[in-house]
Amino acid sequence: MRTSGLIKTACKSILRNRVRSFLTMLGIIIGVASVIVMVAIGEGAQLQIRQQIEAMGTNVLTVRAGSMSARGGVRTNVARRILTLQDIERLRVLPGIVAISPVSRASGRIVGGIGNWQTTAMGVTDDFLVIRDWELDDGVMFTDQDIRSAGKVAVIGKTVADELFPNIDPIGASVRIGTMPVRIIGLLRERGQNMGDDQDDIVLLPVTTVMQRMSGTRFIDQIMISTETMDIIPDVQGAVLATLVASHRGTNEDSFNVRSQSEIMERATETSRTMTALLAAIAGVSLVVGGIGIMNIMLVSVTERTREIGIRMAVGARERDILMQFLIESIVLSVMGGVIGVALSVVLIYVMNDVAGIAAVFEPATVLMSLAFSGFVGVFFGFYPARKAARLNPIQALRFE
Amino acid sequence: MKTLIKLTSIVKTYRMGDVIVNALRGVDVVINEGEFVAVMGASGSGKSTMMNVIGCLDLPDSGSFMLDGKEVFGMNRRNLADLRNTKIGFVFQNFSLLARTTALENVELPMHYRHGKKMDYRAAARAALEKVGLGERLDHMPNQLSGGQQQRVAIARAIVNDPPLILADEPTGALDTQTSAEVMQLFIDLNNNGKTIVLVTHEPEIAAYAKRLIRMRDGLIISDEPVVK
Repeated sequence: MRTSGLIKTACKSILRNRVRSFLTMLGIIIGVASVIVMVAIGEGAQLQIRQQIEAMGTNVLTVRAGSMSARGGVRTNVARRILTLQDIERLRVLPGIVAISPVSRASGRIVGGIGNWQTTAMGVTDDFLVIRDWELDDGVMFTDQDIRSAGKVAVIGKTVADELFPNIDPIGASVRIGTMPVRIIGLLRERGQNMGDDQDDIVLLPVTTVMQRMSGTRFIDQIMISTETMDIIPDVQGAVLATLVASHRGTNEDSFNVRSQSEIMERATETSRTMTALLAAIAGVSLVVGGIGIMNIMLVSVTERTREIGIRMAVGARERDILMQFLIESIVLSVMGGVIGVALSVVLIYVMNDVAGIAAVFEPATVLMSLAFSGFVGVFFGFYPARKAARLNPIQALRFE
Repeated sequence: MKTLIKLTSIVKTYRMGDVIVNALRGVDVVINEGEFVAVMGASGSGKSTMMNVIGCLDLPDSGSFMLDGKEVFGMNRRNLADLRNTKIGFVFQNFSLLARTTALENVELPMHYRHGKKMDYRAAARAALEKVGLGERLDHMPNQLSGGQQQRVAIARAIVNDPPLILADEPTGALDTQTSAEVMQLFIDLNNNGKTIVLVTHEPEIAAYAKRLIRMRDGLIISDEPVVK
């Protein structure tokens, strides 16, 4: 029998038992819908994690001299003696870099206002705010002019402001950091805690000020870079490393440590990917259970239609004809279930996104995969009943009541 | 006259649980093209088994079965299916039509399983149904047809692939006398048009329509003679 005839026959027999066919398909419908929805939820979670980390500045690279030791710490004994402000200029021209800032730290006591506060002074350039995606609540950031002249100006965080200037406007106030008098020109917007660190306990100074007036070094601690997009981070990472190795004699790739936030993100997405896979696997089990349902009903159908099989054999149906008839019926059943399942999942995802507010990302690839898988389920679970039908003895099948 | 069926020393043994049934114990029959043969016998006489063998539904344990010049003994299931499709038309007691399938589609069925021959199924099925006088009821389902009409559909199905042999197993067993006579008249017409007909029955009146009568008992042929009209 030709395939078109087989499909017609299959549809006819499926329509003959509408309720039963629907209940059989329900297993596949639920299976397919749950796989797609689970993957969509997983994708949605991943997207949310990405967005959150990206908001924290994912496309940020941190460059330090010195390699990671086996214990995970950075060997800093050589660190202070490699990176200089010249490296900033060399790296700034690399493609894909949006902002670049040196970081030079010096600890010191800041005295002024109503008291004093032990804090860390960070020498940076104005790009630092771009990189950290940080804004000022008040005042201004120091300028290139301040950096060239190692200006005695500072931008302070909320915590420092609260400690030294409670209920007082700190802008324009003079403080001392160590012995150096500094004028406060800006106040950073409150950021809160991040992984237990008070991000607002910070004093920003021009990098040159810290290097020349506080630590007296021409080397910087680290370089922070933000890239155009997250995707190009590996490329930028490579380019930065190559540039640094090329411009410092006697160094190799292990002499520098170029780390990206994306490493953190990778770990986070890895976790959520594992969760997605787990959820999809559990949903996949229901697809398999649906397949068993199909096998069950096909076995019943073969028994019920034993006489029909006998008649078909008597008029000349080959084993293969009978096999194909039942196989195609089970494939049609499961693929129909798959299609309805896809439709159901589209509705569910829409409801979750727009009504329940759960992030779910519809992934077209999972649709194809679930459809293919439901077709496979039809073949796999339909084969045994179909073979049973095809192997029937024509005489016994004809006599079957 | 060309030989259509030649059974030689056909033996067939069944096992029903612990009991071994010697259904056929060495049967020899020759049936020529154009014959109209009735096979009679009590139940258990082996007549159904012989029908199954001739119908290529079952293979004998030993012996030789030549159908239309070809040895059937030892054929595989696929070749048997093709023989049933092209050489034999079956008519059963219970009509054996596909339920919820129109008369036309029932008659088309054998053509769907015919390999390597393209034809207009619909037209051929219509022609076959017209030949048995059912040209008006092409789209009726079996349950919308009387017993006699259903059997006519079955006969149309049996002849649609134009096989040389029609095997009828108690074709009138479920029909009243009047309808039986009409159906038997169809067989006579088919026989007059050259079809070889082998008919199994336990009713002497039905057997009387045939030209030759074979009686069986206990797996053997006990008589084989022309029917005296």
